[in-house]
Amino acid sequence: MRLSGENLSALEDINYKVDSGKFVCVIGPSGCGKSTLLKVLAGLQNPSAGRVLLDGEPLQKSDRNKAMVFQSASLLPWRTVLRNVTYGLEIQGFSVRDAEKIADGFIDLVGLSGFEKSYPRELSGGMQQRVNLARALVTNPKLLLMDEPFANLDPQLRNFMQAEVERIWEQTRQTTLFITHLIDEAIFLADEIVVLTARPGRIKKIVAVDLPRPRKVEIRKAPEFHALQDMLSELMDDEFQKTIYQQSQRKNQ
Amino acid sequence: MSPRYNKILVFLLTLIFLGSWELLSRKGVLPTFFFSSPLRILKSAQWLFEHGLWNDIRVSLIEFVLGMSLAVTVGVLLGWGLGWYITLGAVVEPFITVMNAAPRVALLPLLILWLGIGIESKIAAVFLGAFFPIVFTVMKGVRTMENSLLELARSFGANDLQLFTTIAIPSTVPYIMAGLQIAVGRGLVGVVIGELLAAQAGIGYMMARASASFQTDKMFVGLILLAGFGYFLTEVIKMIEKKFESWRV
Repeated sequence: MRLSGENLSALEDINYKVDSGKFVCVIGPSGCGKSTLLKVLAGLQNPSAGRVLLDGEPLQKSDRNKAMVFQSASLLPWRTVLRNVTYGLEIQGFSVRDAEKIADGFIDLVGLSGFEKSYPRELSGGMQQRVNLARALVTNPKLLLMDEPFANLDPQLRNFMQAEVERIWEQTRQTTLFITHLIDEAIFLADEIVVLTARPGRIKKIVAVDLPRPRKVEIRKAPEFHALQDMLSELMDDEFQKTIYQQSQRKNQ
Repeated sequence: MSPRYNKILVFLLTLIFLGSWELLSRKGVLPTFFFSSPLRILKSAQWLFEHGLWNDIRVSLIEFVLGMSLAVTVGVLLGWGLGWYITLGAVVEPFITVMNAAPRVALLPLLILWLGIGIESKIAAVFLGAFFPIVFTVMKGVRTMENSLLELARSFGANDLQLFTTIAIPSTVPYIMAGLQIAVGRGLVGVVIGELLAAQAGIGYMMARASASFQTDKMFVGLILLAGFGYFLTEVIKMIEKKFESWRV
């Protein structure tokens, strides 16, 4: 798959297969096209070359087998928490009543029971991201896409939400592609980490994470965790240098 | 200062204003022929209410309500359409801009020629006043729709109709309210000027007759009625607008 515009390729030669039931993190330097990759997978953008297959079938724009958790919560301010969670189901043709029945369990799962009737403006940033997550999970997608969903949260809350994602994932085992630029976030969550190069983003390396599940916060202190962290830091540092170099080149042109 | 304190202050100032007006006109400083006086206005209002003012109010209200309803319906629908279909909007926008900038009062003699001196010409006058601000704000509302919400809908595989009904329509509600706020004032101007020019009934018509026979008191009654009605409507819309303000993304 390749994606380019105005002589500037964002992504090149991304050839990768996500195994069903796996949690995959994609990391790469900023501007390497991580978010673009996710937009293509979500059907929000067409690749200029190549294709995306889901279960062997080409992914359609209107394909309802994928759901996305956005970086900004992107909640509908005129809908309650419950109706925000049912939104995807309603788009996919469920009646409001059926959708609400299905949504109930997921609101529970993300820890928002009691807030069904609240409006987004009444929620904290972390809670808004929980709604964002529930809204995607509730459609039971074959592929769950997450675009740096905790990038706007403060570090403590982010760690907490990562543990929440881990807890929820243990229950749903949804095939997930999670984009991040944080190495520790990727290690904590992933079965497999795809490291992208600087722009145009290519796959630099695929790193398996064999830490036992379910993972608790303490796992961050394990030597295996640190070993992975060091290895990934080195890979990322290379690409970071390249990004800086590219930027200075572009300025001089 | 607390809002309550402010209210008391406003009340007191009004009393002082009315009191000194009454006093000055009794002392002959303000000739009643030109400036009337609060008590004379009150008496004149009483007489008017007993002699057909209700009918004038009814006619003006009907003209206003019908004209506004038409303006809101057409304005909102057209605004949605022009905002949604970008090319269509770009083509039509200059015409709307010209019409909005033109003094539409100048059209009134034509409207009366076309539609007569009955309520039809006044409904048209209200419509012309109220329609443009609504179209404009709604069109702007659709165009500035939050991209992240559109992406959200698309990521679930929403089709265009679903995008429009679940995202575009609700996100323009605050804009509709903002347009309405301006439209109410313009619509009221439409009623009054239309009736002043040529009519068979209405508050403006009553004022025109009073003016022709130098009955200052009656003119003030009409003025106060119109001001009160305008104030009331603005406040109501402000309240509704506040309720929908949180719908802005």
